[in-house]
Amino acid sequence: MTVSARNARNGSSFTFRNATNEAKLLLIGIPVLIWTLLPIYHLCLFAFSDKQSAFSGNWFPENPTIRNFEIVLGEKHYFLNHFWQQLWNSIFIAAMVGALTLVVATTAAFAISRLKVPGGRTVLNMALFTYFIPAAFLAVPMYRTMAFYGLLNTDWALILAMLAIASPYAIWVLKQASDKLPAELDEAAIMDGATPLQLFRLVYLPLMAPSLVAIGTYAVLLAWNEYLYAFLLLSKENTLTLPVALGNFLSADDSPWELLMTTGLIYALPPAAVYYAFRKYMVSGLTAGAVKS
Amino acid sequence: MSTVTLPAREGAAGATPGKTGLSSWQLWGMILVTPYLLVFALFVVYPVIYAFWLAHDPESYVELWTDPIFQRSVVNTLVFLFIGINLKMMVALLLSGFFMIQRWWIKALTVLFILPWAVPSIPTILSVRFMLNPEWGVINQTWFKLTFQDGPNWLNDPQLALFFAILVHIWKSLPFWTLIFLSGRLAISTDLYEAAQVDGASKVQRFRFITWPSMKQLYLTSLTLSTIWSLGDFNSVYLLTGGGPADLTHVLATLGIRYLRLAQVDLSMATIVSAMPLILPLVYFMMKRLSK
Repeated sequence: MTVSARNARNGSSFTFRNATNEAKLLLIGIPVLIWTLLPIYHLCLFAFSDKQSAFSGNWFPENPTIRNFEIVLGEKHYFLNHFWQQLWNSIFIAAMVGALTLVVATTAAFAISRLKVPGGRTVLNMALFTYFIPAAFLAVPMYRTMAFYGLLNTDWALILAMLAIASPYAIWVLKQASDKLPAELDEAAIMDGATPLQLFRLVYLPLMAPSLVAIGTYAVLLAWNEYLYAFLLLSKENTLTLPVALGNFLSADDSPWELLMTTGLIYALPPAAVYYAFRKYMVSGLTAGAVKS
Repeated sequence: MSTVTLPAREGAAGATPGKTGLSSWQLWGMILVTPYLLVFALFVVYPVIYAFWLAHDPESYVELWTDPIFQRSVVNTLVFLFIGINLKMMVALLLSGFFMIQRWWIKALTVLFILPWAVPSIPTILSVRFMLNPEWGVINQTWFKLTFQDGPNWLNDPQLALFFAILVHIWKSLPFWTLIFLSGRLAISTDLYEAAQVDGASKVQRFRFITWPSMKQLYLTSLTLSTIWSLGDFNSVYLLTGGGPADLTHVLATLGIRYLRLAQVDLSMATIVSAMPLILPLVYFMMKRLSK
């Protein structure tokens, strides 16, 4: 912005200066692009190469092939015997975390922001305290706790753990969005004799819809991407989620890396797609809080 | 800012004291906040209390401190945090300035730049891991083609391996913090920059006297939060090096999990509690910021 302003002031007579300016920008832009895409490019390179050419150290695929995808999707390798089951586990867990987070966080945010429940502010601060515990540090006692509740090796261990981790941020964002709704709405509803539940269902939920989409997406992605908790809480082959199955490839000496990368690419595509589809919501929701602090 | 409406709202609620519904509103408030309180109690409060209870035996600390792997992990953690976070935050702050520049291709680059943060860690970290493979990795094969000599065994050297773990960590979280700083920069009034332009302020001066003062609080908050979160970063180290070679690249996060996998739960908890002197001041700082 400032650069373009200066260019405009200098006029077009300084074209040489303009060119050096653009070159300087490219000098930043190109390394940033390479840095960002290199691991992802390498992932795709492997996914579309057969083993021979993947291990040959070429930067470009010699004979691009989709054979790896056939092997993965057809479960034609003993590492991949449960691919569809594990994909389903990932989908189910992510969807449940998304749905439950929405229920828990929306009701809590409504109670704190609109119903002004006593101690609401304290509840919110306590909730945010969850993020002051480093993730890997909470994971250890979480593992023991889930064992104590008898939930280890079930989908619910991971769903509930991710719910506890996703909710505080969800409540915080929803509370801020909900504080912006005009107070007159509630007053009008009270005048008309609405009960709190009617206010919630008929006024609050429709108005909050955009934020709910953002938060639902956030929770789904959080659960889908999670590795550590899934790795600790699930260990039976048919309860695993995809990332844990991917991690298990590593335990073998002669891992089929090209299949590992192919599965990894299949696993990484949905979150990337969802992210781009909801980018506008996500970025504004995410950064709304940041500027305030 | 959002709290400006607060007094008015309370006034409005207080204006209808005669209504019998008032107490039912609070009752409903409590009912609706209960699901979250249950989740919080069962899956955050209970595990935390349980962790401290498990870690109460002083002997496990003695055992822990005599474990050379632990001592190495503490050093590694400090190096990881100090280099990783400062480098990441400084680059994020500068890059956010770059992304402010209006060009069609910079806009397109912003969209791609988010990818590392949007995609899950495991495929990309494993991709880096294979790139660094001494025999088959694309880096060393290119190295060989250019120099006719074998390249270094990147992940077999503890210092290099830790360095790459830091790079992976930065790769993953840089987009997030850059976005945060970008939104911070967007909140600064352009009038300030225009006035500075008129006064003939240089780029450095504009940064020093306009950008930095407006961003300082955000930068400090981000630095603190990032320190806490990076302390819990298990993936970058575990998936790249697995703590190896010879357990020399563990950080506290991976070491805690390692003890857990070895069924030494008390040591695992003690590892976590050992990080408290580092975490508590940061949490105190964040609590003070939150309560403002």
